[in-house]
Amino acid sequence: MIEVRNISKTFADNKVLNDVSYTIKKGMCNLVIGRSGSGKSVFLKSVVGLHPVDSGEILFDGRDTTKMTNIELKNLRKEIGMVFQGGALFNSSTVEENVAYPLEMFTKMSKAEKQKRVDFCLDHVHIENANHLFPSEISGGMQKRVAIARAIALNPKYLFCDEPNSGLDPVTAIVIDNLIQDLTKELDITTMVITHDMNSVMEIGENIMYVYQGQKWWEGDKKQIFNTDNPELNDFVFASDLFKSIKKNK
Amino acid sequence: MRILYHIGRFGILQRRVFARPEKHKILFTNILREMDKLGVGSILIIMIIMFFMGAVVTIQTALNLENPFVSKIIIGFATRDSIILEFSSTVTAVILAGIIGSNIASEIGTMRITEQLDAMEIMGVNSAGYIILPKILGMMLMMPFLVIIAMSVGILGGLAATYVIPSLSAQDYLTGLQLDFSAYRVFYSLIKSDVFAMIITMVSSYHGFYAKGGSLEVGKAGTLGVIYSIILILIANLFITHLMLT
Repeated sequence: MIEVRNISKTFADNKVLNDVSYTIKKGMCNLVIGRSGSGKSVFLKSVVGLHPVDSGEILFDGRDTTKMTNIELKNLRKEIGMVFQGGALFNSSTVEENVAYPLEMFTKMSKAEKQKRVDFCLDHVHIENANHLFPSEISGGMQKRVAIARAIALNPKYLFCDEPNSGLDPVTAIVIDNLIQDLTKELDITTMVITHDMNSVMEIGENIMYVYQGQKWWEGDKKQIFNTDNPELNDFVFASDLFKSIKKNK
Repeated sequence: MRILYHIGRFGILQRRVFARPEKHKILFTNILREMDKLGVGSILIIMIIMFFMGAVVTIQTALNLENPFVSKIIIGFATRDSIILEFSSTVTAVILAGIIGSNIASEIGTMRITEQLDAMEIMGVNSAGYIILPKILGMMLMMPFLVIIAMSVGILGGLAATYVIPSLSAQDYLTGLQLDFSAYRVFYSLIKSDVFAMIITMVSSYHGFYAKGGSLEVGKAGTLGVIYSIILILIANLFITHLMLT
């Protein structure tokens, strides 16, 4: 479990996060949703330590990352897997080398053990016969799946995904969403997903936080989100005609 | 104030670059890769440029020393010293700043904007050390070899030019090459070249590492890397020359 308590973050004069608190629960898909520029990506990068926060506490199973030394933070990061918006795969490395990278850096596994782990991870994300291809030679959906495989290579306790299905067609997006949900349950990890895709919310949203203008505006699950009377959240949820008609029919 | 900001940030980056590497074996492999990519990949272009530069220096020197009271062997002597002292190291470094500097800044800048560096940081890898240190060490190891090649090819270019200069024989040129030879000057040039290698890789990496935005900014980072590398090479050249030759 990750407890985020009253964090704030300012860039120059722009307060991007304002006193945000959120509990990211273990074994669940925790979603942070919001409009573009609302501060959700900054929230994620603050939680994982890429952007140091101005105030507040971030507790990874009781360990406060805001008070950690660089070495402690570095050790904690070995327990974190992250999937970036664009995949962030290393262009000059093959699919297999990308997944093996954290194993090369942080384990003393033999070559055979590493290969076994790489095959296991790629198998989990349903990647076949692409081990020796470069990221530029595979589709966007496959790149995201390889990024997930790399993120789980070291058996992380925490998985963070920054808009994992952006730029993907609806079918592939749902495949990625389901994959993240399955891995969360199967590996019993703490997962946080940043998204602005309502399909993802309805597919995997178990614990959802809506961020609006850098503040936590609403928290609940996918059932509650349809019945909220929060006007800003309603604007977001029912922005498309499809969701408007679903609400009408209800 | 802006320059102080950059100096400070440059210093912080170098502290991260020279931090203890995660795994020495991986560092060694990466150094070899960079030596091949940055050094070996530049040999041909340096050979072509230095051959013609050596020939032109010889022709121009011969043109300026067309005096019956000046011995012809001075042409070979002047060409040799120009190539060893200046052209092989400084001109090679300026050329490499253009070729390698922009390459390094663009490569690291692209990794920055596509979040590849962030991905490393999240895994607990010191991205600055992992990416930049092998480039600095690889280039420093390769640069003296490149300079020796540049010296040899430049002098050969001068020899080839004797065939188009009616007043200068190849024998005079070769005698001039051996006149008052000092190995210290070669040493000075090699030392200089290693400092230049550090400047090119560190400055270009700095601009790439802090690139922001999109592909336009990556291109801008490449250009800035080249410009500042060249300026610093020329300044360093002045200081090293003053320190070692006066």
